[in-house]
Amino acid sequence: MPTAAELDTPLKVGKYTFQSRLIVGTGKYASFPLMQQCLDASGTDCVTVAVRRVKLDGTREENLLSYIDEHRYKILPNTAGCFTAEDAIRTAHLSREALGTDLVKVEVLSEPKTLLPDPVGTLKACEQLVKDGFTVLVYTSDDPVMARHLAQLGVASVMPAGSPIGSGQGVLNPNNLRIILELVRDEMKVPVIVDAGVGTASDVAIAMELGADGVLLNTGIAHARDPLRMAVAMKAGVEAGRMAWLAGRIPRKLYANASSPMEGRIASVKDVIPGE
Amino acid sequence: MIEVYVNGKPHTLPDGATIAFVVEHLKLRTDRIATEHNLKVVPKAQYAETKLASGDKLEIVTFVGGG
Repeated sequence: MPTAAELDTPLKVGKYTFQSRLIVGTGKYASFPLMQQCLDASGTDCVTVAVRRVKLDGTREENLLSYIDEHRYKILPNTAGCFTAEDAIRTAHLSREALGTDLVKVEVLSEPKTLLPDPVGTLKACEQLVKDGFTVLVYTSDDPVMARHLAQLGVASVMPAGSPIGSGQGVLNPNNLRIILELVRDEMKVPVIVDAGVGTASDVAIAMELGADGVLLNTGIAHARDPLRMAVAMKAGVEAGRMAWLAGRIPRKLYANASSPMEGRIASVKDVIPGE
Repeated sequence: MIEVYVNGKPHTLPDGATIAFVVEHLKLRTDRIATEHNLKVVPKAQYAETKLASGDKLEIVTFVGGG
């Protein structure tokens, strides 16, 4: 039986190639060992991390990076928590200096309640970071026009939110996602990765069935009642959706279409016993 | 003595203190951090030669879990 990987091509983002189409965040886990198990079970080979001040209050804390095998996982630093283009640009440069990677997930947020991306700041940050030589994956809303503007700047991937970050509402506007896929992925050859809002395996499958190149998620696994089982489910969801999209679904029809042939059926009682 | 802000908090340091001095003083592993000096990222190779002055602001960052 062929595996999903044998029936698919790897995900290409800029100069990087990923075997898994799932990118997994490292936040909100009850412990680092649990996070490690979940990353392993999810099949991912790319994980996001956040940049924060080192604690200087004398408490000795374990470092997240001690639990991430950098030979196995590409590390994708984010600019989460930045509310201006300038702060996102500074954060990206700090992460590049610390890790020596040019990968960055750009987030420029509008305000903390919705965590919706600020389109003006996002464009500004991406323009600068592309110029500075970064491989930019950008978190954006599901607005097709904004997605196209970002793709035109030369980002490596456009990452529309399915729904607000951590909300678990799934893909709220599948039609917008389909338009983004046509405009950005099909016409401009820029991969589209659904980022944020994924609550369970079927949400991932739906995004992939619509043709998304990948899915990025964090809370859906980390805050599930049983994160490890959810990591397994998300892996299956991304593969199921991807294979279904590659396979091509049947069109939706109003009426039934028999699976068994009508020909060769035994005589019906209606015909054998006249008048019955 | 000079007063330098490290991650928002004032620290009193000897005259001529460098970023390398601060990093060593705070016992930080340099392979997992990055430093910004008055809003400019400083490459690790320049920690030893970057002298600090009173009122300077340092941001020293590392990585935490995030999505």
